[in-house]
Amino acid sequence: MRLRVRFAKTGKVRFVGHRDVARIWERSLRKASLSVAYSEGFSPRPKLSFGLALSTGYESNAEYLEIELLEPADDSTWSPVDAEAMRVRIDAVLPAGFDVLAVAPADRRADSLQQAVTSCTWEILVDPAGVDEVATGVADLLERNEIVVERERKGKVVTEDIRHQVLALDVTGEAGDGVRLSADLGTQPRALRPDEMLAAMDPPLLARSVCRMNQWMSQGDDRIEPLSVDAAPAPLAEVRA
Amino acid sequence: MSSLWPELERVLGEVQKPARYIGCEDGMIIPEHRPEKAAWLLIYPDTYEVGLPNQGLQILYEIINERPDAVAERSYAPWTDMAGVLRRTGLPLFSVDTHRAAGEFDILAFNLSSELVYTNLLECLDLSGVPLHTTERRSEDPLVIIGGHCAYNPEPLADFIDAAVLGDGEEVVSEISEVVAAWKVSGRTSRDGILRELARIEGVYVPSMYEVDYDGDRLVSFTPRLSGIPEVVEKRTVADLASWPYPKNQLVPLTEVVHDRLNVEVFRGCTRGCRFCQAGMITRPVRERPAGQVRTMVTDGLRRTGYDEVALTSLSTADFSGIEQVVATAVADDVCGRVSVSLPSLRVDAFTVGIAAEIQKARRTGLTFAPEAGSWRLRQVINKLVKEEDLYGAVGSAFSQGWRRAKLYFLTGLPTEIDEDTLAILDLARNCIDVGREYHRNPSVTISLGGFVPKPFTPFQWFGQNTETELRRKIGLLRDELRSGGKTLNGVKLKWHDARASVIEGLFSRGDRRLGAVIEDVWRNGGVFQEWSEHFDITLWSDALARNDLSLDWYVYRHRTHDEVLPWDHLSAGLHKDFLWQDWRDALDEVGLEDCRWTPCYDCGACTSYGVEHIVASAVPPAGGSQGTGQAVNGTGVPVSLTIGPRVPAGAGS
Repeated sequence: MRLRVRFAKTGKVRFVGHRDVARIWERSLRKASLSVAYSEGFSPRPKLSFGLALSTGYESNAEYLEIELLEPADDSTWSPVDAEAMRVRIDAVLPAGFDVLAVAPADRRADSLQQAVTSCTWEILVDPAGVDEVATGVADLLERNEIVVERERKGKVVTEDIRHQVLALDVTGEAGDGVRLSADLGTQPRALRPDEMLAAMDPPLLARSVCRMNQWMSQGDDRIEPLSVDAAPAPLAEVRA
Repeated sequence: MSSLWPELERVLGEVQKPARYIGCEDGMIIPEHRPEKAAWLLIYPDTYEVGLPNQGLQILYEIINERPDAVAERSYAPWTDMAGVLRRTGLPLFSVDTHRAAGEFDILAFNLSSELVYTNLLECLDLSGVPLHTTERRSEDPLVIIGGHCAYNPEPLADFIDAAVLGDGEEVVSEISEVVAAWKVSGRTSRDGILRELARIEGVYVPSMYEVDYDGDRLVSFTPRLSGIPEVVEKRTVADLASWPYPKNQLVPLTEVVHDRLNVEVFRGCTRGCRFCQAGMITRPVRERPAGQVRTMVTDGLRRTGYDEVALTSLSTADFSGIEQVVATAVADDVCGRVSVSLPSLRVDAFTVGIAAEIQKARRTGLTFAPEAGSWRLRQVINKLVKEEDLYGAVGSAFSQGWRRAKLYFLTGLPTEIDEDTLAILDLARNCIDVGREYHRNPSVTISLGGFVPKPFTPFQWFGQNTETELRRKIGLLRDELRSGGKTLNGVKLKWHDARASVIEGLFSRGDRRLGAVIEDVWRNGGVFQEWSEHFDITLWSDALARNDLSLDWYVYRHRTHDEVLPWDHLSAGLHKDFLWQDWRDALDEVGLEDCRWTPCYDCGACTSYGVEHIVASAVPPAGGSQGTGQAVNGTGVPVSLTIGPRVPAGAGS
């Protein structure tokens, strides 16, 4: 069967890059003695597929991966109790800072998560600045019809309008000596990073910390999470692993 | 004491590979610092990726933290981008465990395995806010200690280090902890006093306690300044590896590092007697870990870490008693999934089809063999007594089990080497390709060529190293031949070590304390990470030598005479100097010397000086190959019967 896992990555381990996270998962699943399916060939690898990459340095309460298991072969006998047991079992072998939030069977025939996810909600803490000043910057950004940014792609500088990718942006309050923002940013055809949006603001803002709170898939007019959790841990807590 | 993490996390976004600086490894220890505990910061002065896997550092990390009177944390040389950030923000070097400032530790202990990292040591001291020179340090500054193989000639670092520790660290770290903890409790009064106490611990050398006399350029003597300071500092040797099953909780990093696998040391020491090999000389005698303990460490380690690869490490793993069986049963059946076993240090005369089949179960990476010299004549000079047939047998074993690539290590610039010897390397490679063609269409052999650097406490310590020009010429000889060699050399690739780097290694390998000024000069001119080809800059070194009126001719290229006082003569690895001299004469006479594990003792001094013995489970050499005896090889994988004299307990003399 295929297992979908939602996990958090918070604290110091947010500086671990995407490729290293994949390696950590491979090792951890071996520690959990799960019967993971392996690829064929010269250098067999466990069959894991990760969703959208998370920039190194960002935290997240909504990372996903899918694991191909040999046993059980299918999910016909799978129950919520099994899911919770599996969640605990995987959580126990992950390094501190990685927490498994939810586990459920996944449909092999469905689109990959990278294709299915259309937007993400981010919580952003920006460096000291007045709330009013930030709010003005936000309003200004949202009023613009286009937001043209330059970025490098395959060694060439290309320009791109990111306005349609900024689905929502709000000032949600002050925290410590910073201002907190919440943003919904599109992920298709490519995921817009919070840093890119902040750099496009006038004046540009610098994120002190960024946390992915949700990933969203479209379902009719609605949006749903690939796996929801009842009570996501509080974001941006001050003391963690 | 407080954590610098809140400051660090704000700047980590600016550097490449920030995961180098976060710690968080599985196996990390968060120790409880207390005023009465000696606090060690174990520093590997190279990048995190290179330093993290170091087993020596991990062993001491655990042993110190198990003590009630000491704590240990770790640090690695920050890459140049991070060093820039630290200087700009005024933040010091820090531990990765609790992100504490290096200057808050009592001991900064550096593990040195290459001469080219010496400037990184200065960089780390400077970033720690510790005065570079021992003479400038006050009692509140940390003690700066070095260990590792470079500690056997610490003279070039004499200006910067308070002490060097010779040999195995497992026991001596406890003695140092006791002395330093007591010093702390008594109020850390006199720096001179603590240095004197350290100098009285066996294996600890305090350079500032010795007067050095010269006659012109020549060293005349080392004299202890005070009574109670030993005239000769002896290395430390743990008698039995079975008492030290460390690391028990090998660190599992969150980011990719070199040797990213479980490592289990199966024996320490080597008595094959390769004359160029400092490691083999200074780590004698051979102490095998019991096979049962190896198995436990492998199985428990795999379960705990989740690694799918385990390396059985030593200086020559195929020599381990009953290696095939150990490899075959190393991994218990209930360890999940596929596991591959790697044997990083393989002698060709003990590598068999059986071993080849066992180690490639999960994944097949490249295999490396080290014939070291191209001709049998030269291999006799260096006492690497492997026959051509041994090499072809080993390579055949590998190719027959599915490998398509083999890597062969060679040294060039060896004593008595003539062009015929150098070019013979290509003959070996060509013949290996031929062996490979029996199994595959396109086998490949990569020749990896290093310039020979003479090392202290080896029979070649008197040999004048080849000049940079000569090393380059020899490399060029092979390169040109390979270019014009035509079809028969298809599949042979050549890689070589920078001859200029070999020369600088040679400078410090046998240098004396006058070279401290050169290290400092290079560091002040921005020379760090010199072991990285992208940063190595020969002009920094030649300019520094010129400014200090010192020359490569004197330090590197000159043959030493029998009566010359060497900069490490007041240190001892147990080896008798006359044994080494005789072995040097034998080398020049092309006379080989057998492995004393399985033949009578020839009294090199390593056992007799310290009352220790070999601990070897098998009374005969491992199966396969000629075992350097020059006897016929009965094909691969078939045990060769050798005529062995009655076994004399090692250390009993002969």
